[in-house]
Amino acid sequence: MLNPAVVKQSVQMSLQNIRSNKMRSFLTMLGIMIGVTSVIALITIVQIVSDSVMGEFSSLGAGTLTIMASSSPMKNGLTDNDIKELEAIDGIDGVSPTVSLTTASVVDGEVYENTSVEGKSDIYFMHDADIITGGRGLNHMDMSGDTYVCIVDPKYVKTAMLGHKVLGSEILIGGFRYTVVGVRGKDESMSSFMSDSSGLDGTVIIPYRNALSMTGSNDVNSAEVYVNPAYSMSDVEESIRNKLKNMYNENDDYYSVINLESMMDMMNSVQGMMGTMLGGIASIALLVGGIGIMNMMLTSVSERTKEIGLRKALGAEPSRIQAQFLIESVVLSVCGGIIGILFGLLIAFVAAKLLKTAFIISWGAVALGFGFSGAVGVIFGWMPAKRASELNPIDALRSE
Amino acid sequence: MEKTGEPILRMRGITKEYEMGEEVSVVLKGIDLDVYRGEFLAILGPSGSGKSTLMNIIGCLDVPTSGTYELNGKLIADEDEKSLAQIRNKEVGFIFQSFHLLQKQDAWSNVELPLIYANLPEKRRRERVEEMLTKVGLAEKMHHFPNQLSGGQQQRVAIARAIATEPTILLADEPTGALDQKTGAQVMELFHSLNSEGRTIIMITHDAKIASHAGRIVSILDGNICEGQLEDA
Repeated sequence: MLNPAVVKQSVQMSLQNIRSNKMRSFLTMLGIMIGVTSVIALITIVQIVSDSVMGEFSSLGAGTLTIMASSSPMKNGLTDNDIKELEAIDGIDGVSPTVSLTTASVVDGEVYENTSVEGKSDIYFMHDADIITGGRGLNHMDMSGDTYVCIVDPKYVKTAMLGHKVLGSEILIGGFRYTVVGVRGKDESMSSFMSDSSGLDGTVIIPYRNALSMTGSNDVNSAEVYVNPAYSMSDVEESIRNKLKNMYNENDDYYSVINLESMMDMMNSVQGMMGTMLGGIASIALLVGGIGIMNMMLTSVSERTKEIGLRKALGAEPSRIQAQFLIESVVLSVCGGIIGILFGLLIAFVAAKLLKTAFIISWGAVALGFGFSGAVGVIFGWMPAKRASELNPIDALRSE
Repeated sequence: MEKTGEPILRMRGITKEYEMGEEVSVVLKGIDLDVYRGEFLAILGPSGSGKSTLMNIIGCLDVPTSGTYELNGKLIADEDEKSLAQIRNKEVGFIFQSFHLLQKQDAWSNVELPLIYANLPEKRRRERVEEMLTKVGLAEKMHHFPNQLSGGQQQRVAIARAIATEPTILLADEPTGALDQKTGAQVMELFHSLNSEGRTIIMITHDAKIASHAGRIVSILDGNICEGQLEDA
């Protein structure tokens, strides 16, 4: 029925028509272009942002639970004993306490007022082996409380030790000399991007007991829990909650367990909601674009009445006339769609550059843009094409 | 040519009425007409005589209110649009007063059009178009656009298009109406040579001089038809 020669000729003719009515075709395509541009740009940007947030979550949070334990009147935080008890829970591979503070550090007589000091245990480095790019991480021997070694992050190196030998040099923190034994890798995640822009001079990681003594407390307020992959996160989370409830004498105002995986689930559902919203915006834009197309096609049909009459006289069946005009409207709309896709990707590319995240072409969005513009062409071209196909050839030939 | 065998076109008691509000206007009042294969027939009549309506019915663009019309052995009655289109494509080659070429397509594509609608494969189409354009003397101007051709040349493109599908009849409506005398005569010459190759031509005109080129003339006046040329036409 749809002879390839007819399709080819129709496509050629519609391109000719678009060329010979540049302004009108451009204005007609504008609606579709804007609709597709916004859909592609928004979908791609949302995807890029959520990919990078997700990536960070999974690098930090896969198989990890975070415990936040603050001071209650009865209890300052997690004691060594508490941590041992938590480590004993089925399905827990290890518990890594974290002590964070901001203090001054001194390198070669230079003072750096805003140094972020993180107290970590050897378990942290066992579970994140990739985190060290030079030297070594903290090990079991460093945990005694009187070993003064530290790991620095690239920002600290840039701020305080540029041009120096890093490994083996000394940093004065809290009155003690710490020897640098390792360098942490630069991570490209969103949080490091944000801390890069914060006023901090960089991060120095020291054994957590040393950090605790700087805070003047024996208890930690935050810990990462590494869950054995063979166990369910939510089961382990439940066990931890029970244990904490016990430790805090049933008072659950002072602790919380954060499951990054459940936060990721939430992110996913937020992303889904955004998708639905974008769909709404897109359908309005495409509706407007579609009406423009219908308007142009109706004009085109009435301008070309004589041509339609001639084609009918030469033996074009109504369905062929309809197909011809349908093809024209699809070509028009898909042209707008292609331009929209290009613009949308360009906007997303610029946005990715501004956010300093990797630009990923979302092929799903591109396909969506194509599909939508094609569908708009068919839906809104249908009525004008039908009208053309129903013209009476005698009247059509006579029209001037 | 001899009138042999069954007529290729046969009309009996064809009437055509149009309802205009409450009034019914009768345009054709019972036309009987036989056309034989290889004939060159002129239908001569002034404007308003019903000759355009008759042409539309002959060309299967319209169907009669009553009467029977057979073209190439096929009864053209209440066909649907689709089958009428197919009949037009196969049986009728139209030649119009104002050529009706697609202005944005070159001579080649204009001639190709009915062959596309006939679903001819591309290779056959190419051969046919070339053959037809050569036949009408436009071998050198196959890729010219209508606005690059003279009126006579445009009408030749239209004739090439009309004969491309080897239709049963060529139906020409005032084919020289938009041409000067000289080019008109050339087009008539082309008609004669097509007729001598055995093609059946039906020409509708109001011009007795043009009609005299035909082998046979019928006159139409006030919806009635009669053999020969009327005195006052």
